[in-house]
Amino acid sequence: MRQPFLHLLFISMSLLFVVPFLLIVSVSLSDDQDIADFGYRLIPARIDVSAYTWVFRDLSTVLRAYGVTAFQAVAGTALGVLAMALAGYVLSRTDYAWRRIVVFIVFFTMVFSGGLVPTYIIVTRWYHLGNTLWVYIFPVLVNAFFVIIMRTFFAQLPEEVFESARIDGAREITICLRIALPLSTPALAAIAFLFFQGRWDEWYNTLLYIRDKELYTLQYLLQRILLEFDYVREIAAQSPEMEFYLQTEEMPLESMRYAMAIVAAGPILLIFPFFQRYFVRGLTVGSLKG
Amino acid sequence: MTALKRRRLRSSLEYTALAAPALIYLLLFHYLPMGGVVMAFKNYKFNRGIFGSPWVGFRNFDYLFTSQDFTLLMRNTIGYSVAFVVTTTVFGVLTAVLLYEVSNRSAVKYYQTTMFLPRFLSWVIVGFFTWLLLNPVIGVFNKLLAAVGVEPVSWYTERRYWPSILILVNLWKWIGVTMLFYYAALTGIDRGLYEAADMDGAGRLRKMTSISLPHLTPLITILVILSLGNLIKGDFGLFWQIPRQVGYLFPVTDVIETYVFRGVVSGDMNIAAAVGLFQSAAGFFLIVVANLVVRRIAPDKALF
Repeated sequence: MRQPFLHLLFISMSLLFVVPFLLIVSVSLSDDQDIADFGYRLIPARIDVSAYTWVFRDLSTVLRAYGVTAFQAVAGTALGVLAMALAGYVLSRTDYAWRRIVVFIVFFTMVFSGGLVPTYIIVTRWYHLGNTLWVYIFPVLVNAFFVIIMRTFFAQLPEEVFESARIDGAREITICLRIALPLSTPALAAIAFLFFQGRWDEWYNTLLYIRDKELYTLQYLLQRILLEFDYVREIAAQSPEMEFYLQTEEMPLESMRYAMAIVAAGPILLIFPFFQRYFVRGLTVGSLKG
Repeated sequence: MTALKRRRLRSSLEYTALAAPALIYLLLFHYLPMGGVVMAFKNYKFNRGIFGSPWVGFRNFDYLFTSQDFTLLMRNTIGYSVAFVVTTTVFGVLTAVLLYEVSNRSAVKYYQTTMFLPRFLSWVIVGFFTWLLLNPVIGVFNKLLAAVGVEPVSWYTERRYWPSILILVNLWKWIGVTMLFYYAALTGIDRGLYEAADMDGAGRLRKMTSISLPHLTPLITILVILSLGNLIKGDFGLFWQIPRQVGYLFPVTDVIETYVFRGVVSGDMNIAAAVGLFQSAAGFFLIVVANLVVRRIAPDKALF
């Protein structure tokens, strides 16, 4: 097969992955009347930024969702990765007397689950986490799969490092925090990034547990914007000044949804691909025996 | 007790303390809900809780197994799983093998990165994309159809298109990740083999079918078998966001996850709990079997 043919094939394929992004940008920059007349188009009939003007007039709902999303993503990742790293380290220690049983306790949650119904009832009725910020953090704090991956990683560290510290009389907790964790920053970073990305995209737990608008995550906000045609109006018409604008101008509901999507999801999507090597590393760490 | 034993006990207690946060989490959010599977055998009363509600034996299962929902759910969940594994594997391997033939390094990097982009997208954002394409009035597809003089399709009220739509959307989302897996495996092949094949006058196609593909076969086999463990699981985000929960489409878009979810939010817990337990038990069985098979053919790739 000739190189030009291969390039032609892959360039047309990569268009399939780039065009949807361009389409969203294009629609967000279109005039609402043009969208109604010509449909969603890759190249706007004429450029119109009024959707963005409207979105930025009252950003409070979006900023609030940014705050919720960032808080739960950062706190959840920090707490979760710490708990998973500690457990992973412990499970890698061959001198741990109860290792087999603890490995089993962790592992079994990967192959069997109580399912959504009991989990939902226990989280809401027993722990009263429903409709609170904590529901984003605690029910999904630890992932057994990542614990096992970390165990594999820690098991590869040379035993001598630990021995010398132990001879100096260091406690296991000190050895773990001062020696094992610092030596594993690359693996921890890769897992933290994977975890963070998953949490940043949180919408499922909002859908399941949250009623209060103040606690919406960005992705959930976007879901409502996508499914409910009028929802952007509800978000935008919060302040008295907005009432004033609404009386004088037509709100571009169609292009605003896409402008909102870009403001809410765009910035982080520009950053994530630069971390692709972490994903690849995460994949290769994960493909080792767990 | 000897000094050594005492030392080991002390270490083990400290280890347990380190693992405690994760273990307490697992107890509270995984093991207690596992006890909650008894709900499948009860008639759940909100005010009496999981353990106080009256037992009803297998009534929920009787109802479930005789209802039409069950056959439909199983067909959709398993059918889509199989279709997803087959399509992502076939196209993932194919693109990896073709990409391996591209000699320009920076072009390879560019193609990989673009195909990997959907990995960073939530299903909500993918939902925006599909809506832009499928919107019945102003969507891209219907405008294109109109341009060539074909009647527009009312995508969200036509069941027959949905299996293909969901399979294509899923393929679009995961092909980059699958491809990267197989591409990484290809880069591990000894280049000497290709040079030897060159000497023997083998063409590109021959090298692909005689060197690249056979080297991928073990990895393909193992990944496919391991994915059998997930045969009875559906990707909630895909089935929730892409068909926009249009009730008319449920016969072809509903999977166990979406069905149980609707049960929970509508407060109709009993049947949902029965489906959930059936899924957990069948899923457990499948994972164990898949793992047994993998352990026989490639012990180092087994999960346990």
